[in-house]
Amino acid sequence: MSAVSAEAAPGKVRPRRGDRQATDGDGAAPLAPRARLLPALSAVYRAQLSRARVARIPLLFVATFQSVGIMILMRGVVDGGDEARAVVAGSSVLVVAFVALNLLAQYFGQLRASGGLDHYATLPVPPAAVVLGAAGAYASFTAPGTVVTAVAGSLLFKLPLVHLWVLAAVVPLSGAALAGLGAALGLLAPRQELATLCGQLGMSAALLLGVLPAARMPEPIAWARDLLPSTYGVEALARSFDAHPDWLLVAADLGVCAAVGVVSLAVATWAYRRAAVR
Amino acid sequence: MRTVGKQAERAAGATVCAVRGLVKTYPPARGRRGAPGADAVRASDGIDLDVRRGEIFGLLGPNGAGKTTLVRQLTGLLRPDEGSVALLGHDIVRHPERAARLIGYLGQESSALDELTVALAAETTGRLRGLDLRTARAERDAVLDELGLTAIAGRPLKKLSGGQRRLACFAAALVGERPLLVLDEPTTGMDPVARRAVWAAVDRRRAEHGTTVLLVTHNVIEAETVLDRVAVLERGRIIACDTPAGLKELVGDEVRVDLVWRDEPPLDVPEVAALRDVAHETGRRWSLRLAPAEARAAVAAVTGGPAFAALDDFTLATPSLEDVYLALGGGRAQGLVKA
Repeated sequence: MSAVSAEAAPGKVRPRRGDRQATDGDGAAPLAPRARLLPALSAVYRAQLSRARVARIPLLFVATFQSVGIMILMRGVVDGGDEARAVVAGSSVLVVAFVALNLLAQYFGQLRASGGLDHYATLPVPPAAVVLGAAGAYASFTAPGTVVTAVAGSLLFKLPLVHLWVLAAVVPLSGAALAGLGAALGLLAPRQELATLCGQLGMSAALLLGVLPAARMPEPIAWARDLLPSTYGVEALARSFDAHPDWLLVAADLGVCAAVGVVSLAVATWAYRRAAVR
Repeated sequence: MRTVGKQAERAAGATVCAVRGLVKTYPPARGRRGAPGADAVRASDGIDLDVRRGEIFGLLGPNGAGKTTLVRQLTGLLRPDEGSVALLGHDIVRHPERAARLIGYLGQESSALDELTVALAAETTGRLRGLDLRTARAERDAVLDELGLTAIAGRPLKKLSGGQRRLACFAAALVGERPLLVLDEPTTGMDPVARRAVWAAVDRRRAEHGTTVLLVTHNVIEAETVLDRVAVLERGRIIACDTPAGLKELVGDEVRVDLVWRDEPPLDVPEVAALRDVAHETGRRWSLRLAPAEARAAVAAVTGGPAFAALDDFTLATPSLEDVYLALGGGRAQGLVKA
């Protein structure tokens, strides 16, 4: 029996991206088109955002109340100035860490453990579309909570609200960095429980190292603070509370977030590819 | 079903899926504290398989026989240690990513879709199969309508019953047409209406597009009614591969007699006492596999005379695929033929 299909196309056509008539070159059947990156990304993003709406709204409330609660607690300890800025900025970025790092690590860990990745792996979709779509949805889901926390904190500590527009850059960039990290942790962890643990630890680190004033930290912990990508989002936001912010330093901090975001999302994409084909 | 089978045979000649010498061994698991490690498992042990265009081909076997491992290698999800897999002329071992462009796959897990609504699950899957938005939506509507899911299109999969959720996943597998459908236990938990909708949808695609279906199942009754050919898997090997009728000939012309006693079997009747030696007893029920003449004699003995008073019910049946399955060793303990 021949292994060649009856509908084999006489093909010397070279397979091209998204090409409806791509063939193996030796008379094999035509392949269906691949999903292109951007439409696939937007489809994953939409689907993830819709499931986030159903399943994650209570958690977003938790994340926001947690951050607001921390700021209220810290009001007894901190009396304005640099430290107040660090508390408000740290609490705001904590919302991003909670959703993008912690929840996304859990989601991918659970998807991998339950075999749900097979669904994506048997569709002709670029790995980057799945990872970026999910990371983007989780990151954008943090936006309302971050804004509420930042505004509430500014009012609480009497900080200026004029430069809060910088959140429009802080949320997506620190979101990209933390979501990439969360996705990579979730996909690389050998077991689902470890993915959850890593996500929780990452969020605790973002909480302690972001909210507590840096000046009082022992040196090794200050290094750990420098290694955590959320720190740069916190710093960028904290600087914007100055009357005349140094925009160059803000841009540099956000640049670090963006760079970490690119690297961690690339690692997450690699990890997805590795997890999908075992 | 048989007429459809004949159609498929006419259309045959082209092999959609050709597997040669497939071997996959899972490495031994290391033991953890207290628990001993597991030995290496040869989940695919030299499998050869040809699936022809337009047929519904079944993989039948007990849990752990290697059905899902085989399917994962066919769909490019798992790389075989040895052997070749060709789908419609494409080498899937060398180009596993091409499988996604040839196959519509329904796995056992729905966790990727669980929190989506039925409509969004189907639409998103279609878009990820490379359809543009308008086509994905049109196909989504058509498939949901075909499977009778339109009324629950707006509900999340998580909130549905097991059978409905399975049907919604099946709908997602159909959006974005593919020449080969690989379905891993598609009808688990479905009611007869849903099951009928599944097979009607499969038959329609086969009639209109010559779609081939590779079906994993351990439901022998379903296998008997829908499959054109069956491969029986046992410990990573194919121990038989034929049409359901062809497989039944393997157990010869034996007849199955089931006797159910009201209370205690009347062992004082010599014929009944003799039957006990060959009967498989489960509570008050005796199952016997007998040659036709023996079966006639047995039925005569228990339906006349003193034994009849003790008899609650009896059935006489020609062999089913289940008997073949047990006879081939699919039941492990009752294996008559060891491959």
